[in-house]
Amino acid sequence: MEPLVDPDAPAGVTTTDPVVELVDVVAVLGSFPALAGASLVVNRGEIVLLRGPNGAGKSTLLRVCAGLVPLARGEGRVVGCDLRTQRQAVRQRVGLLGHANGLYTDLTVRENVTFWGATVGASTDEINASLERLGLAARLADIPVGRLSAGQKRRTALACLVARRSQVWLLDEPHAGLDAAGRDDLDATLRTAVQSGATVIVASHELERAGSLATRVVDVIGGQVHEHGGPEAESTGAG
Amino acid sequence: MAITAHTDSRSSTDTGRRTRSTGTRFTRALGIATIVLFAAVALFGLLISPADITQGESVRILYIHVGTVWVAYLAFVVTAVSSAAYLWKRTTSLTWDRIAGSSAEIGVLFMAVTLLAGSLWGRLSWGTFWVWDARVTTTAFLFITYVGYLAVRGLGGSHQQRARRSAVVALLAVLEIPLVHFSVKLWRSVHQEASVAGSTDVTLDGSMLFSLVLATVAFTAFYVWFVLHRQRVMAMQDALDDKGLDYALVERRAEGAQSVRGNI
Amino acid sequence: MSVFRIARLVAAKDLRIERRSRVVINQVLPFAALVMVLFAFALDNDDTLERVSPGLIWLATIFSLLVVVQRSFAIETADGALDAIRVAGVDPAGVFLGKSIALALQLLVLEALLTVLAVVLYQAEPSGSGVLVLFATVLPATCGLAFVGTLYGGLAAGTKGRETLLPLLLFPVVAPVLIGATRATEAALGAGGAATSEGWPWIGLLMIFAALFGVGGTLAFGPLIEE
Repeated sequence: MEPLVDPDAPAGVTTTDPVVELVDVVAVLGSFPALAGASLVVNRGEIVLLRGPNGAGKSTLLRVCAGLVPLARGEGRVVGCDLRTQRQAVRQRVGLLGHANGLYTDLTVRENVTFWGATVGASTDEINASLERLGLAARLADIPVGRLSAGQKRRTALACLVARRSQVWLLDEPHAGLDAAGRDDLDATLRTAVQSGATVIVASHELERAGSLATRVVDVIGGQVHEHGGPEAESTGAG
Repeated sequence: MAITAHTDSRSSTDTGRRTRSTGTRFTRALGIATIVLFAAVALFGLLISPADITQGESVRILYIHVGTVWVAYLAFVVTAVSSAAYLWKRTTSLTWDRIAGSSAEIGVLFMAVTLLAGSLWGRLSWGTFWVWDARVTTTAFLFITYVGYLAVRGLGGSHQQRARRSAVVALLAVLEIPLVHFSVKLWRSVHQEASVAGSTDVTLDGSMLFSLVLATVAFTAFYVWFVLHRQRVMAMQDALDDKGLDYALVERRAEGAQSVRGNI
Repeated sequence: MSVFRIARLVAAKDLRIERRSRVVINQVLPFAALVMVLFAFALDNDDTLERVSPGLIWLATIFSLLVVVQRSFAIETADGALDAIRVAGVDPAGVFLGKSIALALQLLVLEALLTVLAVVLYQAEPSGSGVLVLFATVLPATCGLAFVGTLYGGLAAGTKGRETLLPLLLFPVVAPVLIGATRATEAALGAGGAATSEGWPWIGLLMIFAALFGVGGTLAFGPLIEE
């Protein structure tokens, strides 16, 4: 298969380095099949936007890719590790930001980022760099997370992802609760992350992101994935 | 319409061998043997064997009590071994998990009967419903621990998750029960009180011993019969859940297809 | 990252949170003191109280253990941190050891308070050599309680009405600690005429318990917190 490089995409996108490969995955929550046979391939350096109505399975898809939810049926590999047998390895290399932020509300921003960074042995410099990248180094670093706004908590959680050196970023509605400037900042952060070699999968209702942020848009409906072309194909109305 | 046709074609192959009943030739034979054994136990226990010299008729309760306590502990061991087997080298065969679960269910029942029968016997023999010795207390703890184990089994999640979680809890119980037994034993040995009243050792002879052994065999047969049936029922329930999953998948995909069509 | 580094990280984090929020200090310690007072109301006899004071200390400890364990995991589930720890693939054995250490340290403070209260409220009197036995009792007993508390606390943590499972699972398991620690403390305090030397076999039992559940918990914690 010859590599295809999309001229509009951020640098480094090829189609021969899959970081996520899901084949006909069924995943259950209790007895409900949140994913009913989902297939998806994501290559390194892509920013993929998952669109779909509520209850479609976007969150579950992200949690499956994070190695959190086991596969009831189907096969999958993330960053080269099998989702049935190597989930622990998958988790160490992947970062998930779901509806909850994964933070300790009594600790400050700096303490949270330091904790998460320390789990992978990050140095103080890396931690400071993570804080700066998300604009947290100045006023907010020493404020307990419990006192922050929703948007600020999101940014803290992203700083933790940066500090943990995650290779794939799985983000569930990350733009929620951010103002316009915050959303643009977030997009800039994601693009920078991708340039440093990460891959991003975002589940979002923010349709404008399709053009400015994502390199590819897929629809998640009824627990299955329907591919589209790039954002250009989307805007011309092709199915 | 499409849904019913779809599942009809899959019904007889998906659920495996058993789709209607959990009985086989072996369990039917075993069931009949168990009934015969119990009849024999009733005969010997109530009629043929004599009353005890010191305890009178109340010794007959022992025929039930000893049988159930043996099965209760057997059930505990089987649950522990099956749990270990499930976790060993990830055989991931849910049969081991189902054996562990069914064994625990009947084990809890037998432990309750043991405690009840023992309590009655104690009351009739020495006037006390309860005695604080190692064996009795450990049995009571085993009962509570298994109630907890069954509660953990009911927590939900996929079958594999339920199996792994309960297997770990069962093995922790294997750790805990000897500790409880040993600490209670050490505790009561410090109090050298009422050792006669606390002793459940009774010397038996002849037909009494035979009745006791017969009762033990009868209860064991009942245990095996129960576990076999219950395990198969669980397998059918799990298969039903999977079937339910198939139904649910079809519906979910249909909902998805509709919405895609609606978008175009 | 080695298990011990993760453990130190997690323990430091838990203790830092407690230092910041002071929930154990402000809520659990008063609760434990209150339990000791309620015992006095219920038992209503000075001689009885003095004789059973070791038992009351450890009963109050075990009731408080329930609350402290629930708090230890409430901080994890408040904003999905335990989930995040699982997502991050942090070694669960390290998490178990770290949380156990933090829990043990908080329990030690609790037990110190309860012992002081027993001396004050129930007129318990430790003899000279008894203090040594007391220390030798408290350390393994506390470790044992911390290990099983963290283990079953992890299982019972989270939503779907699992919290009510905690007492049912935890209390049968801590029975050997209650028996052993109480008997050893009786020996230490000379309650009911027990000699100090009688405490040592019980201390051995407590050490075995702590060792078994330390190892067992390290192995079992990972599978138990899996969703």
